[in-house]
Parts: sequence; structure tokens; C-alpha cells
Amino acid sequence: MFESLGDRIQGVFKELRGEGHLTDFHIETAFREIRLSLLEADVALPVVKQFTEKIREKAVGAKVAQQLSPAQEITRIVRDELRALLGGENATLDLQGKPAVIALVGLQGSGKTTSAAKLARLLKTRGRYPLVVAADLARPAAVQQLVTLGRQIGVPVFEPGKRTDPVEVAREGLREARQTGRDTLIVDTAGRLHIDEELMAQVRAITAAVEPQEVLFVADAMTGQDAVKSAAGFAAALPLTGIVLTKTDGDARGGAALSVVATTGKPIKFVGVGEKPEDFEAFHPDRMASRILGLGDVMTLIEKVEATVDADSARKLAAKTATGEFTLEDLKEQLASMKKMGPLESLIDLLPKGGAMKALKGPQSVDERALVRTTAMIDSMTPDERRHPQILNGSRKKRVAAGSGTSVAEINRLLKQYQQMRRLMRTARKGVRGLDLSRLVLPGGRGS
Amino acid sequence: MRYLASSEMAEDRKDAAPGARTGFFAKVKRGLFMTHTEILEKLGTAVKESLGIDESVLASLEEALLSADVGADTADALTRSVRSRAGASRRQDVEALKELLLEEIEKVIASAPRPGPRADVPLFVTFLVGVNGSGKTTTTAKLAAREKAAGRAVLLAAADTFRAGAIEQLQTWADRLGVPLVRHREGADPSAVLFDALSAAKARGVATLFVDTAGRLHTKKNLMEELAKMRRIAAREVPGAPHETLLVLDATTGINGLEQARRFVEAAGATGVVLTKLDGSARGGIVLAIYRELKLPVLYVGVGESADDLVPFEPSEYAKALLGDDVAH
Ligand SMILES: Nc1nc2c(ncn2[C@@H]2O[C@H](COP(=O)(O)OP(=O)(O)OP(=O)(O)O)[C@@H](O)[C@H]2O)c(=O)[nH]1
Ligand SMILES: Nc1nc2c(ncn2[C@@H]2O[C@H](COP(=O)(O)OP(=O)(O)OP(=O)(O)O)[C@@H](O)[C@H]2O)c(=O)[nH]1
Ligand SMILES: [Mg+2]
Ligand SMILES: [Mg+2]
Repeated sequence: MFESLGDRIQGVFKELRGEGHLTDFHIETAFREIRLSLLEADVALPVVKQFTEKIREKAVGAKVAQQLSPAQEITRIVRDELRALLGGENATLDLQGKPAVIALVGLQGSGKTTSAAKLARLLKTRGRYPLVVAADLARPAAVQQLVTLGRQIGVPVFEPGKRTDPVEVAREGLREARQTGRDTLIVDTAGRLHIDEELMAQVRAITAAVEPQEVLFVADAMTGQDAVKSAAGFAAALPLTGIVLTKTDGDARGGAALSVVATTGKPIKFVGVGEKPEDFEAFHPDRMASRILGLGDVMTLIEKVEATVDADSARKLAAKTATGEFTLEDLKEQLASMKKMGPLESLIDLLPKGGAMKALKGPQSVDERALVRTTAMIDSMTPDERRHPQILNGSRKKRVAAGSGTSVAEINRLLKQYQQMRRLMRTARKGVRGLDLSRLVLPGGRGS
Repeated sequence: MRYLASSEMAEDRKDAAPGARTGFFAKVKRGLFMTHTEILEKLGTAVKESLGIDESVLASLEEALLSADVGADTADALTRSVRSRAGASRRQDVEALKELLLEEIEKVIASAPRPGPRADVPLFVTFLVGVNGSGKTTTTAKLAAREKAAGRAVLLAAADTFRAGAIEQLQTWADRLGVPLVRHREGADPSAVLFDALSAAKARGVATLFVDTAGRLHTKKNLMEELAKMRRIAAREVPGAPHETLLVLDATTGINGLEQARRFVEAAGATGVVLTKLDGSARGGIVLAIYRELKLPVLYVGVGESADDLVPFEPSEYAKALLGDDVAH
């Protein structure tokens, strides 16, 4: 459904090969593609504009003397800039206070309560003694939700009891933390709309009462254009110190990450990667940049793959990619090793949508069957055909289709995707500084 | 076959019809306060500056649509239609542009079947499905309140046994509304809850059963399969059930909303959308993409956190709300 930015820009510059420099026209055309690609990833329009202006300056400056092709050069600039904007790798929490106070705020249903529990659990594993305050008195059973989570993670929860004012609850929670010697206070607040003045005043009063070192804006990764408005609203009302980006375990491209960071100027400190208390991770700008650009969550994938595939075949494959000799035979080997990796679904979700790995994707979702069919098609080819797929003419395709119990259309799709994959690998190999994308679909030991 | 447009729904329609500008607009007004005339203002300026509906105006139009989350394809398609019609029109003012755009948006909405009358069955079963935190449980309560007000006996099934506090949340609503609830322990099999609820509904002669399901991302195959299984159980116990499967979609959702809808149609047989949180500043324009691609109609919009903050979807009012055009000015 989505083309990766790499694909898009590659397309723009196809006719440009050999020209060696970028004309204004080419830059303009490339920028249209970049703009679209970002919009398709849900980056909010004002942020897209701001961002493209910034990289335009860089692109114009960088048009001379580069080892890279123009497409690769622009892709690299975009990615680097995106990574820079998304911020440093190690956004840490300020836990200076006694107790350290962290408040979670945001729109309804964004994941505040769940994140409060996740954060409490994480800090507990780091040797801290958190107390979580249930200061959401609005949503039915919000307290019960937190109490249940607290029990699951073994962290005490301060309940409002008969109190009806969340400001008072937060204040009492702080007192309780001091009395019982807890070193960290995590305040869960009710969901609210940034345009609801009354409730925004209330959350201001809550933070004023407990003076948190950290006020984290909890934002849903599936948010669209509205991300700018809601983030701006919360940033205007509260001294935000960071962002928690939730529900990144889906297939949203996550442009909201960029929108929210650009709007608030605050770093993303954590990401939610599932519903369970342990599904909480540090933020990696690299991964998010790749994801927004449709390059797939490369690093996460690599980590998963590394754990399962033997390094030998990996190195062999890496070498082949390096020389651009990635054949259908190699693809088959890839598939075989992917089968070993267990639940495919979680892996495939990390890959670029609609990009090179679509061959592995059934129409609805990945299943083993898609793998089996793809493998069957490749198996039905002669060694020559696997090495030189371009010789597959109509009659050969018919034979392969009959042999594998598939259709010519499917063969064509496989071939197209194989070509895309090769192209992506080539782009990736040279295209990005600092990150060896040649391992995109490849297993490989670190540093191999 | 639809749950909508029973007699009391028709009443609501009347309320929301031009003239009596209550319903829809009164409710989304808070949000409109922020985005009020934003889009149209921008377009107005563009039209003035270029003395007519030219390419730069159309570019502003496309941007405005993108800002409402309709997605690149739909923004492009709508802009094309407006371009070709504006070219043939003598009127080149912003009002003309607005009319064309509203018509085109309504055309997109009209491309999906309009909800028919509620199926005439003794027990009408509705599933509420969607991604995490979109508003399923709250919408379940809101729908139950409507049904009760319409004089029908309602039963709720707390089939979200997974999320912490989910059962208590629905129980709180049930108590507030004075409607019965079938629940099991947290961690129980949701299909078992459903089965019990269906049996109870039949035994008690209940007219409407609402099944609140756990939030799940559409990419989680096992969880989507669980919904398919629940559908089979419902169909086995009550012919034709579930009669309605509502995808509860948060209006702040971006492009991903289309993929959500696609998967929930495929795996869970979604028959309609409830667009929630339209009282915020988001316009939920992705539903236009959902109309275009999937022909899945929006049946209700959620406009707040109380039981009565649910209104039937009104295409022309929605089209205006999308543009930030406050008709009640
Ligand atoms: N898949 C997934 N679900 C999540 C994640 N974080 C939270 N959720 C789910 O999102 C839903 C809403 O989460 P809550 O923590 O209740 O959200 P909230 O912001 O506290 O909601 P309100 O208090 O009503 O405003 C729940 O179903 C959570 O399980 C995440 O990272 N991934
Ligand atoms: N402003 C506003 N808030 C809403 C609306 N609908 C639901 N909410 C709020 O959104 C939050 C999440 O709603 P729920 O009904 O718990 O959502 P859910 O889909 O059941 O969530 P999970 O079961 O965790 O997946 C709650 O705080 C609701 O009060 C709406 O139309 N407007
Ligand atoms: Mg909460
Ligand atoms: Mg729920």
C-alpha cells in the first residue's frame, strides 16, 4: 500500500542516471515525493512543510561531488535529518526528587494508565520503589484498572477512597509516598481533550500540587494530523518534559512521533509495544526514522534475526548482497531461515509495508502458507532460472506455475518483488551512513 | 439488516436536520471552536488572492483535506472532481468552491449503502470491535442507553476479559444505566462469556444484546481470529447473529484507520463504523477513505464521555464539520 521513500525517490531519479548533478527541477520533484511519503506516514502537514524546508537547504548544498547516486544522497539526507529531529538515543528520566514525581497526561484512551504501570514496573526492576497514584476519578473503574495492574506488577497503588478531587488525591499520594519511604511517585491522570479548558485547568492544578520532575505526554502512535493540535495544547498548558509513544506494535507508520516531537520540542522517552506491563521500551530514533520512511523497523528485525539464524549462512548471504548477486536461490534460503524464526507475524510487521517483503505477505496477514507458496515457486524453477530470473518468459512461467500449483500472476508478483528487494538492498547498502542496511532482510552477526 | 433507522432513530435524524441545528453540531461545537472555519478561511484567502479557482486554490484545497486526515488518495480524488467541475462552472467564488466540495464529499458518503431498518428479529446482537482505547466500552454503554430509552430490553456482555478493569468499567456503566450485564472473571474465555450472554438473552427474552470486546490491534492475527470464533458462536446460537458489528474508530486516527477498517471487515465482519471523540479537534476524515475503499458506512459519532454523547451520523452535517464550517454561526 505504501511505497517506501527509497522506492519513490529512486523512481524520480530513474531518468537521471549518469547526470551527476541535481537540477532544481529534480530537487523539486524529489521533494514532492518526500512530502507525500511523510504525509502517508501521518506526519502532520505543518511539520512536513517545516521539515522539507530544512532538508531542501541541505540538499541544495549537497549537490556536488558525492559517491552516492542522487537518489541515495537525498534519501540519506532525509533519513539523517529525521533521525536528528527525533532526538538523541538516550533520553533519560529526571529522578532527582525525593520522591521523584512523574505525571502522565494525554488524550482519552492514549494509554496513560497502562503506561503508568509499565513505567512503575520498569523502575522497580531498576531497584526503585514506586508508588502509583490513581488520580483519574472520571473514567468508570479507572482506579480498579490501576489497582489490578499494580497487583500484577507488585507495585502499591494509592487509591482515592472517598475523595472526589483529583488534585487532592495527587497531593495525598505524594504525602503517602513520603511517609512510606517510596522514592518514586507516578501520577496517572484522567484522559482529557486539549480544547477542554476546564479539564486542562484541572490537570494544571494537579501538576502544580505535586511539582513533577517529569510530565510525560502519552500519545498514540496511530494518531494522524491532529497530533500537532493536541500536543501543542498540552505543551501550552503544562511543563512537558517528554513523550511516551504507545501502540507502536501495530502497523501504523508512526508519523505522529515526528509531529509530536517537532511540536513540543520534547524527546520521546519510551514506546509502548504491547498491552502487557513489560511491553515497554526505550525509544530508538533510528528505528522510528526507518519506520516513518517505510524502510521498516530494520534494527529491531536484525536483533530478532540475529538471535535465531546461524551466522555462517548469514555471512555468505551478506557477501552476496554486497556484490549485488542476490538470486532467487538466496531468497529461498532466506525463507527457509525465516521459517525457523517462529511467529512470523511479529517479524513481518517490522518490515517495510508494501516494500520488498510483500512476497512473504498473504493478502490478509502473513502465514506459513505464503512462505510455502513462495518456496514452491522457486523450487519449480530450473537452477538457471533461479540465477537469471530474466529468462523466465511466458511459457517458462506457465511451467513454473503448473509445477508449483500457483498462477502466472503470482510468479510475476514474486519476480517483481524480488527485483524490488534487490533494488532496496542495493540502495540500502550504499544509501545510509552509519547503519548497514545490507542486512535488511539478512541475518548477520553484529559487525560481520 | 441494520440497527439504525428504527423509529426513534428517525426522530434523531429529524433533530439533526437543517433548521433544528441541535444534535450533531451542538455536540461537536467544542471541537469546531478550535478548527472553526479554519479550512474555509484558508480557501477564501486563496480564492481572493488568485481571483478564482485556479491551481493554487486547488492545492490549498488538497492540503486542507489532508489536514483533516482523509489520506492522500482521497484528497487527490476529491480535488480532481472539484477541479473538473469548477472548470465548467461560471462561479469562481469561495462559496461555489465550498458547495462543490460538500457535494463531492457527500457523493463519497452516498457511495456506501445507507443503513436500512433494524432487522426484525427477536434478539438483535451487536458486537463492538476495534483497536485499543478507541471507545468500545463507552460506546457500548451509550448504545445501551439509547436502546433502553427506546423501550427495549437490553443485555450487556463483558467479553473483554483481558484488559485490567475492563469488566468493572462496563459494570459501572451497567449499574449507572440500570441494565443487566453478563460477566465472568478476568482472564476467562471471552467466547464463554458470549455463550452465557446469548443464553441469558434468549432465556430472558431480551431484545438487544451488546457485546463489548477487548481492544486489539488489527495486525494481531490470533486476536482477530478470536473475533471470528466469537462470530461463529453467535451465529450458531442465534440465527443471523451478530446482526451488527460496529468498528469503533477514534477520530484522531490517521491513515492507519483505513487498514484497521479493512482488517476488521475481513476478519470480524464489521458492518459499520462508530466514529468517536469527534468532540476533540480531530475531524476523522479517514472515514472518507473508508467509504471510498470499503463502502463501510459510519452509523454513529461519539461526541463526549457521557451516556448521551452519541448521535447518529449525518452525512451533510459531517461534510460541513469536516470543513470546519460552523453552520450555526
Ligand atoms: N497494543 C497496545 N495497546 C496498548 C499500548 N498501550 C496501551 N494499550 C492499550 O490501550 C488501551 C487504552 O489504554 P489505557 O492505559 O486505558 O489508556 P488511558 O490513556 O489511561 O485511557 P483513559 O484513562 O480512558 O484516558 C488499553 O486497551 C491498553 O491495553 C501499547 O503500547 N500497545
Ligand atoms: N471525548 C471523548 N472521549 C471518549 C469518547 N468515547 C470514549 N471516550 C473516552 O475514551 C477513553 C477510552 O474509552 P473506552 O470506552 O474505555 O475505550 P475501549 O475501546 O473500550 O478501550 P479498550 O477496551 O481498552 O480497548 C475513555 O476515557 C472514554 O471516556 C468520545 O466520543 N469523546
Ligand atoms: Mg486511564
Ligand atoms: Mg473497553
